[in-house]
Amino acid sequence: MKRVVITGIGIYSVLGKNFESVNNSLYYGKSGIGFDPVRKELGFRSGLTGIIERPILKGILPRRLRVGLAEQGEYAYVSTIEALKYAGIDEEYFLKNEAGILFGNDSSSIPVIEAVDGMREKRDTTLLGSGSIFQSMNSTVTMNLSVIFKLRGINMTISAACASGAHAIGLGYNFIRYGMQRMIICGGAQEVNAYSMGSFDGLSAFSIREDEPEKASRPFDADRDGLVPSGGAATVILEEYESAKKRGAPVLAEVIGYGFSSDGNHISVPNQEGPTRAMQMAIKNAKINTSEVDYINPHATSTPVGDANEAQTLHKIFGNNKKLMISATKSMTGHEMWMGGASEIIYSILMMKNDFVAPSLNFETPDEYSEKLNITKKTVDAKIDTVISNSFGFGGTNSTLIIRKI
Amino acid sequence: MQKEEIIQKVNEFLIDEFELENHQVKPEALLKDDLEIESLDFVDIAVAIEKEFGFKVVGEEMVDVRTLDNLYEYIHKKVAQK
Repeated sequence: MKRVVITGIGIYSVLGKNFESVNNSLYYGKSGIGFDPVRKELGFRSGLTGIIERPILKGILPRRLRVGLAEQGEYAYVSTIEALKYAGIDEEYFLKNEAGILFGNDSSSIPVIEAVDGMREKRDTTLLGSGSIFQSMNSTVTMNLSVIFKLRGINMTISAACASGAHAIGLGYNFIRYGMQRMIICGGAQEVNAYSMGSFDGLSAFSIREDEPEKASRPFDADRDGLVPSGGAATVILEEYESAKKRGAPVLAEVIGYGFSSDGNHISVPNQEGPTRAMQMAIKNAKINTSEVDYINPHATSTPVGDANEAQTLHKIFGNNKKLMISATKSMTGHEMWMGGASEIIYSILMMKNDFVAPSLNFETPDEYSEKLNITKKTVDAKIDTVISNSFGFGGTNSTLIIRKI
Repeated sequence: MQKEEIIQKVNEFLIDEFELENHQVKPEALLKDDLEIESLDFVDIAVAIEKEFGFKVVGEEMVDVRTLDNLYEYIHKKVAQK
């Protein structure tokens, strides 16, 4: 089996438009959550959302390469440029070396809505424009970026609800581990717009603490009342270790374990058994002991049932690990959904690289389950070497990734 | 509509939307070879024509449109027929 390392990171999130500003937000506990009045006009129960600006790519990317990019594809282009730069990869590299792309993405609402509106109004499909189809499909991110960067390896999108980005990294890890690819651009992308979130809001899953947006996402806190939708894009460059060493690439971390499972139960209510199996599989795959884990970036979206289940699961598996710190970065970002599993690997790498654990904002009053965990309320300056990141999604899809400092 | 007005509107669209330089936009320019306008781009040109000039482009009629001047002439003729 080959060893798999991360040689580049790029992020465009509600915490910042590059990893340096994101690192700053993480360290100082700066929330990226705000209130969107448009959502209330549309009849949303909650107007809370992660706040992000769309990048302006006109003048940066030629028109033909740009018109197929939906909102989340624009974010992913920017995060991928940053990750490639960090990894020391230029266009020339992809002409000489085969590299792939695997991204998590599970919706592209606006182009679909605009196409339907256009058909209903014009009754003529030729007036929908040439970019519509390439923006509308779930694979929009990978189909566009593979063309932009001239990638010639594996090329596909993973749609696995809120675990999409995590599974993309897990699958990329396995492709490289088994020697099938030497480099894969992995990540997750998530659109941030009202129309894409209406039906989710309709399930009453979102926090309604609208008068205090920065306090709305409060994973594990007894007074949590739901998640806050958010998004952006995150890119990691996964590379086979020997190949990375040979080209003198900067090695940020090693991916040492991936575990997955399906609850096989309810479409939206998570259980404990499924995530437990995913975590146990990842631990076994990484050949580590639970006592070796320094930090867990939990799924912890701030929903009453999800957090309670995960807290119990974490206590059962890691209860004996007294040094273990847990901090939910969703307290700052909100729930980045399709992107979350990838962005949280980047947040974890930043903490690993810069020797700190970010605060789990708004964790003020523990409940009967979270009181048994060591959840960091404030930033902790500490060296962390081994990190677990959990991501769970609708349909009971679960992913656990384990990375280690190298 | 005068041909000059059509030329101006088409040129503005090509410079703004297709990011062409002023000096590239000349009547004898070949759409495919000089301006690198490919088949997918014609879909967007059809959308722009419908919006600016109010008629629907028929693909078969565009077969003979090779240069920018051909395009001006095609639009001019169609607008006159309206």
